[in-house]
Amino acid sequence: MNLELSDEQRLLKDTVDRLLSQHSLADVPLFKRSWTWRRELWNQFAEMGLLGLPFDAEFGGMVGSPFETMLVMESMGRNLAVEPFLSTVLVSGGLIAHSQDRVLMDRLLPKIAEGKLMVSFAHAEPFARYDLSSVEAIAQKTSAGWRLTGSKRFVFHGQDAQSWLVSARIENVQGEIGIFLVDPAESGIKTKDYTSQDDRAVIDIRFDGVVAEARLDCRGCALPLIERIADEAAAALCADAVGAMSAAHEITVNYLKTRQQFGVAIGTFQALQHRAVEMLIAIEQARSMAIFAAFSVQQRDPKMRANGVSAAKAVVNKSARFVGQHSIQLHGGIGMTEDYCIGRYFKRLTLFEFLWGDSDYHLGRLSEAGGLNESERDPELFADDLNLLSLPD
Amino acid sequence: MDLELTPVERAFQEEVRAFIRTSLPADIRRKIAMEQRWNRSDIERWQKILFAKGWAVPNWPVQWGGCDWTPMQRYLFAEEGHRAAAPEVLSFNVNMVGPVIIAFGTEEQKRVFLPRIANLDFWFCQGFSEPGAGSDLASLNTRAIRQGDEYVINGQKIWTSKAHYADWMFCLVRTDPRAARKQDGITYLLIDMKTPGITRRPIITIDGQHHFNEVFFDDVRVPVSNRIGEENMGWRYAKYLLGNERGGQARVGISKRRLDRAKLMARHVPTGPGRTLWDDIRFRQKVAMLEAELKALELTQLRVITRQRSSGVGNVPDPASSILKIKGSELQQATSEIYMEVCGPLGIPFLPDYSAGKAVVDQDHSVGPEWAAGAVSNYFFWRELTIAGGSTEIQKNIVAKRVLDLGK
Repeated sequence: MNLELSDEQRLLKDTVDRLLSQHSLADVPLFKRSWTWRRELWNQFAEMGLLGLPFDAEFGGMVGSPFETMLVMESMGRNLAVEPFLSTVLVSGGLIAHSQDRVLMDRLLPKIAEGKLMVSFAHAEPFARYDLSSVEAIAQKTSAGWRLTGSKRFVFHGQDAQSWLVSARIENVQGEIGIFLVDPAESGIKTKDYTSQDDRAVIDIRFDGVVAEARLDCRGCALPLIERIADEAAAALCADAVGAMSAAHEITVNYLKTRQQFGVAIGTFQALQHRAVEMLIAIEQARSMAIFAAFSVQQRDPKMRANGVSAAKAVVNKSARFVGQHSIQLHGGIGMTEDYCIGRYFKRLTLFEFLWGDSDYHLGRLSEAGGLNESERDPELFADDLNLLSLPD
Repeated sequence: MDLELTPVERAFQEEVRAFIRTSLPADIRRKIAMEQRWNRSDIERWQKILFAKGWAVPNWPVQWGGCDWTPMQRYLFAEEGHRAAAPEVLSFNVNMVGPVIIAFGTEEQKRVFLPRIANLDFWFCQGFSEPGAGSDLASLNTRAIRQGDEYVINGQKIWTSKAHYADWMFCLVRTDPRAARKQDGITYLLIDMKTPGITRRPIITIDGQHHFNEVFFDDVRVPVSNRIGEENMGWRYAKYLLGNERGGQARVGISKRRLDRAKLMARHVPTGPGRTLWDDIRFRQKVAMLEAELKALELTQLRVITRQRSSGVGNVPDPASSILKIKGSELQQATSEIYMEVCGPLGIPFLPDYSAGKAVVDQDHSVGPEWAAGAVSNYFFWRELTIAGGSTEIQKNIVAKRVLDLGK
């Protein structure tokens, strides 16, 4: 067992941290931005190989593991980056890379890796909440090819993407789920653009008999693939949240050292010191679980993968809420202002909880599965307990 | 980065597991698994078995019977013991006074004490806390006055765990009341508990058990040769030792074992016709969250261990050990809470004999059942975990100062 970074991983982390800290958005409020992502930064991502990070070498990828993904995501969270690394590379790229579709892999993955193509996954529907199988959009086979009808919500960077992957049921609501490649310029599409609470570009989409370019070959129903990607996305987001939490904590601790009240730095007050320590503990627990999530998504057994990710998301969600709220609290009034950076971390951490499953969802899933269940390896240990099960009269 | 054990680590883990399975006496295992109180003979028997195996004091230098294990091996050894319901080593001996004698003792002290400490021929207790010196340990007042080759000691210690079992005490006494800093006038002594003038008085805790004691010193004469290091330098040695105390207190294995037990029993506790507690999703979600937090703590501890390995500091207390102590004690309490909740009203009867490991509850009478008998008492007693060994609040002070650099 080794929980230290390798030399290559450290180099990757340092390089990404340096680049992203130069482009940190901590002090750039939304109203000062006229863009939803930065071309120049995206190009640098491509040059560094980050846009093909998880892909195989034959597609121009770096064959990085989820641990490398974790390092990049942590840096993005720390610097509040809004580029569509998650939606294009990890989610859409992941769907294609984990599918059986050689044609689309050859066609799309190299372009993503080169930074020439952005793809967004349109999956969530108005009434689905976190249920990945709640898909009511329909794909019908016609002479013109597959035609899609339905509504999709919360499509991150949908307005920036040149292609969408869209989930829909084949032929009718009982059909299996398929994933379709759609050109956003097709007719029959209506979109609503908006910005998320944490400054990211999002759209909702209405499809009305829209012609799809292709169906992604998943050898049958796409749900297992979507579940895998949801776990990978949740794992990656845990690292983003850890980055945002660490930055928020550093900023807060620094504030405690400089802000004077009653003639002294407020960091001399024990109540505030203890809160800062509690935040640190919450972050350390979250960091451990971001690592565990990155480990778990490499498990072949989907149940072990899901259990690990759910345990991680539950812990990181809890830490994110605690650290976010108290970053504001320890700042006092200044923490409430739009101009000051801490609120942007708070908002990112808050939205993190909703992305790919909140704590209730993940704890529900984990407890349905009976828990992490690595235990119970020595049933003999409690044999005496079991022998004594008789209850009093 | 790899979360799987290496083949070498796994082989070691299996070796430890197999040894415990074949060597741990069944009656001791039963007591620990059912969370009854162990007594001196339980700990002594197990420690002598470990001594014979060469595993009594893994953290010591090989010269004194240590194992030259990596921090990971030491972790696996402790974890396997926790999971398999082996008694914990007597920390006072193995983790506290032993390493202090090794670091600061004379050759004579090492030769006399270390083998006996390792084999538990000498049971040590810790004479630190006093009525006026709890978390503020340096305020201690027990007075030692040098007279020739002896110190004459007068004063009182309190909360002395297991002093009723102890042959010896490692003790902090005040030798220079006029020192500018109160930390500077303290001396570290080894005191034979049979010395005339020592009186032990039990303190019965809220679980009805005898864990703690008051120890009174009335003109107790201790040879100067039983002093560790220099006079008035005792605080330095004690601090070295406090770091050792905190290091191992995450105790993830114990919490996991208790959670295993809670889950197992919840599957059998009826909550109405044809239903058990395990069918209640609210209960299962609580368990799932605890398991997740325990997994996080386990990995936090493993990160500290990996860092020790790469930086080569095996024995220097990492400030992260305070974090492990805070979170570890909280989760131990949380698991005792869950087990209490599993037992629910079945835990209402107060059965001190059961908890003390003395008697088995009579199944023909309407008290019990036995598996629930200690639940509430243990819950009461484990409140101790966030108080002893440097309270949670003291640990937070340490982290604020040493890690976050606050308060200057």
